[in-house]
Amino acid sequence: MTESLRPTADRTINPAATYDAVVVGAGPAGAAAALALARAGRSVVLVERGPFPGSKNVYGGVVYGRVLDQVVPRWWEEVPVERWVVRRSTMVMTGTQSLSVDYRSEAWGEAPFNGMTTLRSAFDSWLAGKAVDAGAELVTSTVATGLLYDVDGAVTGVRTDRPDGDLRAKVVVACDGVNSFLAKEAGLLPRADAAHHTLGVKEVLDLPGATIDERFGVSGDQGVDIEILGCTRGIPGGGFLYTNRHTVSVGVVLSLPHLAESKIRPEELVADLKAHPSIAPLLRGATLREYAAHLIPEGGYDTMPALATDGMVVAGDAAGMTRAAGIWLEGVNFAFGSGLAAGRAVDRAVARGDWSAAGLASYRAGLERQFVLADHQRLRKAPGLVLSERVQQRYPGLICDLMEGMFTVTNPTPKPGALRLTRTAAARHGVKLRELASDTARALRIFG
Amino acid sequence: MSAGTVPAAPGGATPDRWRGIAFEERMATVDFRVGERAHITVASEICRSCTTQACVTACPADLFAPTADGGILFNYEECFECGTCYMVCNHDGAITWTYPDGGQGVVFHHG
Repeated sequence: MTESLRPTADRTINPAATYDAVVVGAGPAGAAAALALARAGRSVVLVERGPFPGSKNVYGGVVYGRVLDQVVPRWWEEVPVERWVVRRSTMVMTGTQSLSVDYRSEAWGEAPFNGMTTLRSAFDSWLAGKAVDAGAELVTSTVATGLLYDVDGAVTGVRTDRPDGDLRAKVVVACDGVNSFLAKEAGLLPRADAAHHTLGVKEVLDLPGATIDERFGVSGDQGVDIEILGCTRGIPGGGFLYTNRHTVSVGVVLSLPHLAESKIRPEELVADLKAHPSIAPLLRGATLREYAAHLIPEGGYDTMPALATDGMVVAGDAAGMTRAAGIWLEGVNFAFGSGLAAGRAVDRAVARGDWSAAGLASYRAGLERQFVLADHQRLRKAPGLVLSERVQQRYPGLICDLMEGMFTVTNPTPKPGALRLTRTAAARHGVKLRELASDTARALRIFG
Repeated sequence: MSAGTVPAAPGGATPDRWRGIAFEERMATVDFRVGERAHITVASEICRSCTTQACVTACPADLFAPTADGGILFNYEECFECGTCYMVCNHDGAITWTYPDGGQGVVFHHG
């Protein structure tokens, strides 16, 4: 796909045309919004600043496809998948220890599948192609540099960096990513908000497919996703490792203020993870294919912006629609789900002839009713717990030491009980049992 | 494990070959379509009064270099367009951040 979607890139934009909607950003949110609008018969232009959809995008492991079921029947027969994730592993580590909870399911390797690894250049181009097939006009290599307004301050389109490049529309759907300058210009997002963002850095490494199969215990198009806690030298965040067809992707996610304060360079932490005794054997001989970095909105439900203003709605990363802190790490599915809901809400607003903030309010109401905001609301306290000092800096060592105590045979000394081991490990890592109990209860309240 | 709360970096004890990739080699794996316009500019006179200069270590592309007179030298050409620099910057107006012109800048093929 990718560059073959370029034909419209060199087309001159007709400044006189007025669209029902201009969608900014051809990632999963924008593609979904454009798809919903085009299928509803609305005129829609999808503007992408990169040379092809996905060219500016990076993700961290798994795309969960259930959200595609309702719009692309049997999508798994055509999606550009790398591998279907049949092993989902959560690893807690210190510099010299690790504990894994490793789940494997044969069902996840068969239709209708659960999660897949993919390359965003291929996946996002495929999705945007669905919107184009439905009648959306894709314009690549074009930056939306600002908003256009009417005399009352309602948004009426975007300015682009093409000559005569103003695009007028009843509604602007801002799916312009984590740095959303359109949402910032509209006053929906703060100019900068380091506290609620993490930096993801990722290396994609070449490794022969047969070697991946052997080292990760899979075959054919089966894949593995490993999520890791305790690999970031105490900087709140985590690590990930997942398999593609002929490459593996490995990286870390780092809280921005703590990264800045630590004065540690991000690629050093990826190097740490790759050198860990539990990870290094998986990557032996692998060579760097591509290095990448991207921000992730991490604030969850409580920092989500207002999702609509007069003549504009916000979806995807631009609206903080990811959940990167917790035992579920998802984003692409939230982007797609929110974009779809945005497109449908804009269609209803245009049908009623009211695309003011009030006329667009059904967007948020729709999200509240489905997983996009229901999940976010339920897990609103997850970022606070998962990124807390104890979970990030003390529990990985505590858990590993507890396991070491459980499985180290101390003959002739009799085995210590689990409670005594817990006490010892907790004391060694400066954790009070009261704190351990309270965090456990908190985790059960959030995730239970 | 010691009583310390931060796990020791394992890298120190590992052979160089696991760590060893020069930063230039790392960046050479990325497709940058460099435009003529600098999409990010730095007001170095503001940076001279900055005590943290967080951009210098946090930028994943290592594009911010401190200068002898206490300012910051910035090279826009191999930028991931991630936004880390302006997010961690403490000083309004020090970093002016826009996207590169359409079609230019970083192109991820394996993102």
